Amino acid sequence: MTARLEILQAGPHVTFQDAGRPRLMRFGVPASGPMDRKALAIANAALGNPPGQTGVEVSPGGVTVLCRAGPVSLAIAGGGFVVARNGRPLASWLTLTLHKDDRLTLRPGPWGSWCCIAISGHIQCRTWLKSASTHGSSGLGGGALTSGQIIEIVTPRIVPEAPIPCPVWARPRHRLHVTLGPQDSLFAPETMHSLLSAPFRMTAAFDRMGLRLSGPSLAPQAALGIPSQAITRGAIQVAGDGVPTILMADHQTTGGYPKIATVLDDDTDGLAQLRPGDGMIFTAIAPAQAVILARQRHAALQRFLHHLAMRRSQGSL
Amino acid sequence: MTPHFHPVADRAVLVEFATALDPAAHRTVLGLDAALAAQPFPGFVESVPAFVTLLVAFDPLISDHDAVEQHLTMLLSAITETDFTPRTHDIPVIYDGADLDQVADLTGLTPQQVAVQHQAGRYQVAMYGFAPGYAYLSGLPQALHLDRKPAPVRNVPAGTVIIAGGMCLITTLTMPTGWWRIGSTQAKILTRDPAQPFAFAVGDHLRFRASP
Repeated sequence: MTARLEILQAGPHVTFQDAGRPRLMRFGVPASGPMDRKALAIANAALGNPPGQTGVEVSPGGVTVLCRAGPVSLAIAGGGFVVARNGRPLASWLTLTLHKDDRLTLRPGPWGSWCCIAISGHIQCRTWLKSASTHGSSGLGGGALTSGQIIEIVTPRIVPEAPIPCPVWARPRHRLHVTLGPQDSLFAPETMHSLLSAPFRMTAAFDRMGLRLSGPSLAPQAALGIPSQAITRGAIQVAGDGVPTILMADHQTTGGYPKIATVLDDDTDGLAQLRPGDGMIFTAIAPAQAVILARQRHAALQRFLHHLAMRRSQGSL
Repeated sequence: MTPHFHPVADRAVLVEFATALDPAAHRTVLGLDAALAAQPFPGFVESVPAFVTLLVAFDPLISDHDAVEQHLTMLLSAITETDFTPRTHDIPVIYDGADLDQVADLTGLTPQQVAVQHQAGRYQVAMYGFAPGYAYLSGLPQALHLDRKPAPVRNVPAGTVIIAGGMCLITTLTMPTGWWRIGSTQAKILTRDPAQPFAFAVGDHLRFRASP
């Protein structure tokens, strides 16, 4: 049996995403995957799917879907979007079932920039290097969704409808932990002080590659290029004009701009949920502390995913 | 060669062998990269070689910066330049690039001499970057060194042979570029072959020859 969803409208950058394609940076390939990876993991857990199963990442452009053949259950998590079925508003985070002719809309709501839709069945879409994640600038992978497109879902399942609780750590993150560098030595002490004391803001210049910030200039002491080197998600790179950009899911794998600091990987999901104008502050911690924090937060996420799986198996979700 | 270890957030160590381009540093990067592939540590995720640095990513649930640095120090004490065995690839080129005449003007050569100079280079894949499959090839002859263009050209197709600075590159996607277009090739770097998705390893050697 197959369910079919027709895309009636999709904003730009609404794409298929899964767990991404890690371990290929040496070939110029970033990991991609969701901007907010916890959102897809939570939505998948609520359906009993493996954490990296292919879903749809919805951008601030929103999406409208018509169920051509059903039923099929979905789960939605991520930003606090306005979710409506046949015009009737629902919770932002929930599991729901679409029957034939049901119409689902997701629009930006009270908070957040990205939302994930997980699907209780297997989406038929293109893969590249074993992943359906869409690499934005090339379109490789599952690709961007466009109006009129039909999504085929093999072996759809039905899951009881229920809200999904949104943990506080899944909300937009305004306080971001960083480790300094790797090129902090190229910046004056006053510039390092600005980074760690002044508020910065998200600007409207953001996409899946990175987020440009506004705030005090962070110009390096000398306008020296560095030999191009590998970059990670979360790197705060500073262009010659002193404007910082934080690199995200589809970032270029190498670059010659100095990185003044690097945001902890776990903080980049909540960072992605900030909106233009939202403020953020950077707090520096020692690398050893960053590793301890990563382990604690991973454990908290796993406990929550396990809790969702238990609720589902007990029939209360 | 004494490295500088830079911890990166909660999951990587950047090993820096020099702060400016340096062939010996690049050879050490390739040697350490090969040694790490042969002898990874528990929690190793990936390594990303560049001109004078190697980024080593780890799983923070299993390892930490200190353990990674210790392992890399141990590997560095034993590496030799023979740890890495490059392959050599021959690439056929049609010298029909949209910028060929301008490159000839700027270098004081004829278009034919540009093609001859380009083929005289002995190239090595120094690193990948910019976009999937974009392999930066060092070894462009001095006579062809040009700064990149003031403004990029949009929609440069895959398979375009481009040069800038001391580098040459074969594009793999339709992308903008500020580099100079001197030719085109049918050679595929993004192969679409799941068994070997990328034609070149970092450190491999390339030769270009004019295809009739």
